[in-house]
Amino acid sequence: MASPEPTSGHHIVPVKIYVVIFLALACLTVLTTAVAFVDLGPFNNVVMLAISLLKTSLVVLFFMHVKYSTRLVPLIAVGAVVWLLIMFGITMSDYMTRGWLGAGSSWPRP
Amino acid sequence: MESALTTAEPTHLAHQFDSLEQQQQTATLGMWFFLAQEILFFGGLFMTYLLYRWRDPQAFQAGSYTLDIRFGMTNTLVLIASSFTMAMAVRSAQTDRIKALVRYLVATGFFGVTFLCIKYVEYSDKWHHHHVPGPLFHFAGPMGQRAEVFFSMYFAMTGMHALHMIIGLGLLIWLLSGALRGRYSARYYNPIECFGLYWHFVDIIWIFLFPLFYLIGRHYHGVA
Repeated sequence: MASPEPTSGHHIVPVKIYVVIFLALACLTVLTTAVAFVDLGPFNNVVMLAISLLKTSLVVLFFMHVKYSTRLVPLIAVGAVVWLLIMFGITMSDYMTRGWLGAGSSWPRP
Repeated sequence: MESALTTAEPTHLAHQFDSLEQQQQTATLGMWFFLAQEILFFGGLFMTYLLYRWRDPQAFQAGSYTLDIRFGMTNTLVLIASSFTMAMAVRSAQTDRIKALVRYLVATGFFGVTFLCIKYVEYSDKWHHHHVPGPLFHFAGPMGQRAEVFFSMYFAMTGMHALHMIIGLGLLIWLLSGALRGRYSARYYNPIECFGLYWHFVDIIWIFLFPLFYLIGRHYHGVA
């Protein structure tokens, strides 16, 4: 019954890679926490999001096997992020420009 | 007749697929479409966070300063560990090690429950300090009631994330009972693989929630 050849055609990732990714994610968590205590002004946000995006890439590529999958899978993932950025972009371009024509903002900041 | 239909285990291959491989790729792809929808679902919450933080960044810093960074960081490490054990669970299924699969699923569930217990401690702490939005909300310092919107976002986003964890733990119990009854093997492990994708996705949401809530107010000096 048990045929030895893998029927799924899936790439089996070596354990060593999973361990390295786990350690990298843990180190990046400690790093992002440490950087938060240093006052970099607005660049705190930049560093924070860059580290989060790096961690996400590691999880998606290795834990979620996107590095070894067909091209269709990254297309779906990137497509979702593109639509997300469209939502952020259009919504913020509305709220950030409301006071520009001198009529006063309909949503004043405290 | 297709030879694949006669050689594959009939209980695992649904009739609309030619082979187990095609069935697995279809299931994985469907799971990714679901996750794309989940990205946009959580995206609405991230959009709201962005808008309100842009409107009143000081209130967000003041609110963030009151969160306990030790709990936040511990929970991030706990979730990363659970993602690692989940990846190992999928690998165990791929390599037909069913005992290891059961062990890694149990470990994943253990880390998931640990996360929720720490979250419970944090929530009850907020409750005792009157930091839960509503008629009893009280926030000391110059921000006062302005900080309420930060806590609304905190509970909405971490609460929705925690709900995903609870659903995930329910699914995990279902997978575990299947694994104990010998339902999965290297030939058939679609549900394990798809659940793994869901679990890693929930981990990724937390990877963003942790800095956006716990780390933005670390050098806040208490003045607007």
